[in-house]
Amino acid sequence: MSALLKTYSPRRVPFGAALRRRTPKTLSGRIGLALLVLTLTVALLGPLCTPYSPDRTVGIPFAGPTAGHPLGLDFLGRDVLSRVLSGGLSVVLYAGVATLAAYAVGLTVGLLAGYSRSWLEPLLMRLTDVLLAFPALVFLLLLATAFGRGITGVVIATALIQLPPIVRIVRSAALEQSLRGYVEAAVARGEGTLSVLRREILPNIARPVAADAGLRFSWSVLLIAGVNFLGLGLQPPAADWGLMVSENRGGIALNPSSMLVAAALLGALTLAINLLGDALAGGTE
Amino acid sequence: MTDETPLLEVSGLRIALASGTPIVDGVDLTLARGEILGIVGESGSGKTTTALALLGHAQRGAEITGGSVRVAGREVLGLSRAERREIRGKLISYVPQDAGQALNPSLRIADSVTDVLRRHREPAPAAVLGLLGSVDLPATTEFGRRLPHQLSGGQQQRVTIAISLACEPPVIVMDEPTTGLDVLTQQSVLDEIRRLRAERGASLVYVSHDLAVVSQIADRVAVMYAGRIVEEGPIATLMERPRHPYTRGLLQSIPDHRRPARLLPMAGSAPGVEERPDGCAFAPRCPQAADDCRTTPPVLESVDFERHQVRCPHWELTPPATLGIPRDRTEVTAGPALQVRGLRASHKGRGGTVVVAEDISFDVRRGECLALVGESGSGKTTIARCLVGLHLPDGGSVRLRDAPLPARIRKRSAAQRRGIQYVFQNPYQSLNPRRRIGEDLARPGHVLRGLSVAEARAEVGSLLERVQLSPRLADRYPSQLSGGERQRVAIARALAARPDVLVCDEVTSALDVSVQAAILEALAELRDDLGVALLFITHDLGVVSGVADRVLVLEGGRICETGPTDSVLRTPEHPYTQRLVAAAPTLAAR
Repeated sequence: MSALLKTYSPRRVPFGAALRRRTPKTLSGRIGLALLVLTLTVALLGPLCTPYSPDRTVGIPFAGPTAGHPLGLDFLGRDVLSRVLSGGLSVVLYAGVATLAAYAVGLTVGLLAGYSRSWLEPLLMRLTDVLLAFPALVFLLLLATAFGRGITGVVIATALIQLPPIVRIVRSAALEQSLRGYVEAAVARGEGTLSVLRREILPNIARPVAADAGLRFSWSVLLIAGVNFLGLGLQPPAADWGLMVSENRGGIALNPSSMLVAAALLGALTLAINLLGDALAGGTE
Repeated sequence: MTDETPLLEVSGLRIALASGTPIVDGVDLTLARGEILGIVGESGSGKTTTALALLGHAQRGAEITGGSVRVAGREVLGLSRAERREIRGKLISYVPQDAGQALNPSLRIADSVTDVLRRHREPAPAAVLGLLGSVDLPATTEFGRRLPHQLSGGQQQRVTIAISLACEPPVIVMDEPTTGLDVLTQQSVLDEIRRLRAERGASLVYVSHDLAVVSQIADRVAVMYAGRIVEEGPIATLMERPRHPYTRGLLQSIPDHRRPARLLPMAGSAPGVEERPDGCAFAPRCPQAADDCRTTPPVLESVDFERHQVRCPHWELTPPATLGIPRDRTEVTAGPALQVRGLRASHKGRGGTVVVAEDISFDVRRGECLALVGESGSGKTTIARCLVGLHLPDGGSVRLRDAPLPARIRKRSAAQRRGIQYVFQNPYQSLNPRRRIGEDLARPGHVLRGLSVAEARAEVGSLLERVQLSPRLADRYPSQLSGGERQRVAIARALAARPDVLVCDEVTSALDVSVQAAILEALAELRDDLGVALLFITHDLGVVSGVADRVLVLEGGRICETGPTDSVLRTPEHPYTQRLVAAAPTLAAR
């Protein structure tokens, strides 16, 4: 028995228990989680269950809600419900791609800059400073125009704009960790940079970084929606929540739901991520 | 002392958390005019909470739930905000632990003092300078115009003392005023307090974790444990014949450089606020606990004469404190495990390069403990970091087991990295909070000794037992362990590499005295059993006397004296060592 005890064998935590432990404990965190599940379901599964084709004109522009069209029709007489259901995917997809790309680069650069005490750190940080020097919106409009009208330029620009703050946040979190005893112990043990980053630093900065990633994502959603609203990103007749707000703003008195439902879903998505992010960042083990 | 009514009278003071858990449970205290009362306790004993309650203040999340505090006949508890503000500073004032944080960094110190004067009486520039002068600071306008960061730690603490004196309150509460200061600075602040008492007849409550410091300054002392006073009496009586087993254990745990002796640590550690047992809170650690101790909370009983009280029904059984079982120091004649020659190190900052260690040469023999002693800024930590490869020295050479040791970690072989291990100062930051203890302990064996992960894990249990911990702890996370347990794990992690040299950097300075004693004893045992060479870095001469065979005293990055522990502490030759030895607090009666 005692021989068994002396051997350390890591205890496996069952998946259900691990999931339950990670569920937010606060009310606002739970509201955030519920909202997120709701909006993501609409965005991801919506395109599969549209009652009409989102591009087909089915009646008079800005017709009010009826039994067949519970949200009424938009400025071209298309079914608003179908457009709402199919307009979320692009929002989540493009914002997600932009955030992921920005984080893939930002996390690597930030970790290296925060941990490395060599020439690498000032070099990486000055490069980020150069990026930071461009005013965000001007930079985005510039890139969007350079790539021609279309979403590719907008996604790349959104990712680039997000990069400097990500690098800074990751770097300062990693820098703080790198002075801790357990990191120094690993360094003195002769562990490689990759192993130190992965085993000692990353798990300890995961929470603030995850909370930040959520905020970046919601910011990307708003930015891309804003650019689509301005007409620089996605082009009509694409169905997109941001675009819908822009297209239907003239008819807000005739059929308010043509614009408000899309706006509300955008709002719900960003609010959900913010609430969840706060709950994540504030949670303790 | 005198028959008049006491200046400060506390009775039945109760403070509890919002959840109802008591932090301070029925404290009675009295303070006579011109007296210094020491309150001693380990972390979590409720001493700071008690000190703040003397000013009618409760920390966030805590509430004063009962009892009374009378200062000069006036009730302090249950006053309105405005009334409390009125008495603070005028009737009773407070000197905080960390003066650097207590002073507003953007206020000039004369303005900080003026602010307090303005609340209670008309400020006059002369009065401000007079106050600075009264605590031995330069009473010049130029000095008053300085900002807190332009002052040394000792000067900052003097400013807070000056502020506490500003309205000449009859009672001053000092909460660990010298903790975190260097020994020499501590000595000067203590001298200051003594002078205040002699010249002004100040009455003081002096709160500290350090019985040695309190014994230097207090007339009477109250020992707190788990929210209660367990023993109270005149300092001389209490030191000579402690009646509570906790006080006795505390006395036996404190290393004293005047009386180098084997420490006799207490079992276990003090309970947290939420986990205090029923009955006597000390019973689980008490060598003389009887059955009734675990069920009935003891009351304060008078010993011999009325001023000495003890909260233990079996106090008559408490044997006298055993002090001075000398440690047998056998001359270590083995060959050197580590040889350092002409080491030179510096820090490069914005302000240029500062040399922090110069011409450092020493040997550590196998199975020997060498102590590196010095105040903050003496370069002792940098030297240690150079040895383990965390700091790149400017020059000099190091040999490990008679082979040259490269300065850079990347150039060291696994065997060389294994041979020299480091235990960090702060146990709260030296273990990865996201990894289980077992994983952390298995890593060095895997990385440095080429064991497979399974083989390394198989050693975890015996490593924990080596440092007197239960193998069950392997499954826990660091946050589930106490400070003393974490430091033991950190030591076990270093041992997992099977080192030839173990570098211990201030390993006990973040721990309570009773825990410190246990760690020091554990290290001494490891050295005897495993023949590891210990390089022990500390600022505390008491600790040195407890563990070291030889001492190396550093002043400003240079070695100023070296020799066998006993002779350096008994007959120091270098003036700096002489000052250090004279200033170090000792339990020996004044």
